[in-house]
Amino acid sequence: MKAAVIVFPGSNCDRDAAVALQAASGRAPAMIWHRETTLPALDLIVLPGGFSYGDYLRGGAMAAQSPVMRDVVAKARAGVPVLGICNGFQVLTECGLLPGVLMRNRDLKFLCRDVALSVERSDSIFTAGYEQDEIVRIPIAHNEGNYFADTETLAELEGESRIAFRYVGAAPNGARNNIAGVLDASGRVLGMMPHPERAIEEALGGSAGARLFESLVTALAC
Amino acid sequence: MKAKVHITLKPGVLDPQGKAIEQALGNLGFQGVDEVRQGKYIELEIAETDADKAHARVDAMCAKLLANTVIENYAIELEPVEPV
Repeated sequence: MKAAVIVFPGSNCDRDAAVALQAASGRAPAMIWHRETTLPALDLIVLPGGFSYGDYLRGGAMAAQSPVMRDVVAKARAGVPVLGICNGFQVLTECGLLPGVLMRNRDLKFLCRDVALSVERSDSIFTAGYEQDEIVRIPIAHNEGNYFADTETLAELEGESRIAFRYVGAAPNGARNNIAGVLDASGRVLGMMPHPERAIEEALGGSAGARLFESLVTALAC
Repeated sequence: MKAKVHITLKPGVLDPQGKAIEQALGNLGFQGVDEVRQGKYIELEIAETDADKAHARVDAMCAKLLANTVIENYAIELEPVEPV
């Protein structure tokens, strides 16, 4: 699998994402600096977690306007899978590849802990390695993870089964409909607040996240 | 011209920061304070003397970057730049 991790100034989970991708695929991803304007041919693009541009203006807002994003959006529209984790999810909403927005956590606290997620879709390229409705533990670490979309958009997401992951019990951040991860209409763009790359081996407290990267390797057959 | 842009949360969008400020004001003894909403204020100068054209440009800036129209409204005020 030929993957790329986009690196913005302030990304801080880019190397963890690279380790997870290499562990799953046996191949190191390309690390692409945000100033690049053209991406090579790729099987997968990952937008990592962190605090791109110091979260100036809004989380992900500045990164969404980075030079590299024009080609990321073009490649996504052409069918190249894109995975946005945490800040990467914020970038995906800000650049319009995913609907909604990640607002400040309801209780105004940075949340950093393991959460239980239910796998709402086990038939996507990202989640085929999980059982439908399986409960997995994956950590979150964010200040702006409170997913918001208007009622009409939420109805569309629910109607099209585009919620990939939901928080079990009350959403720790106040996210509407307990949404932790959302797919685009094609099912090839996933944004999620939890960090699967931080749960790739038992020594890290759990390995449930590794299966997301393994799912991609299997689904993309490369 | 100089543009003053006020960005506010749309009605109905929860504003936990506004609520926290409201509570703090109450704790300080300011009674009867309600509906505190926190927003952003951005000033910028643009090389444009025609008010309509300036407004159109700032409007595009708001739609593309300055505001997230999923949750935010914006209002633009324009005034001539005073010569120094």
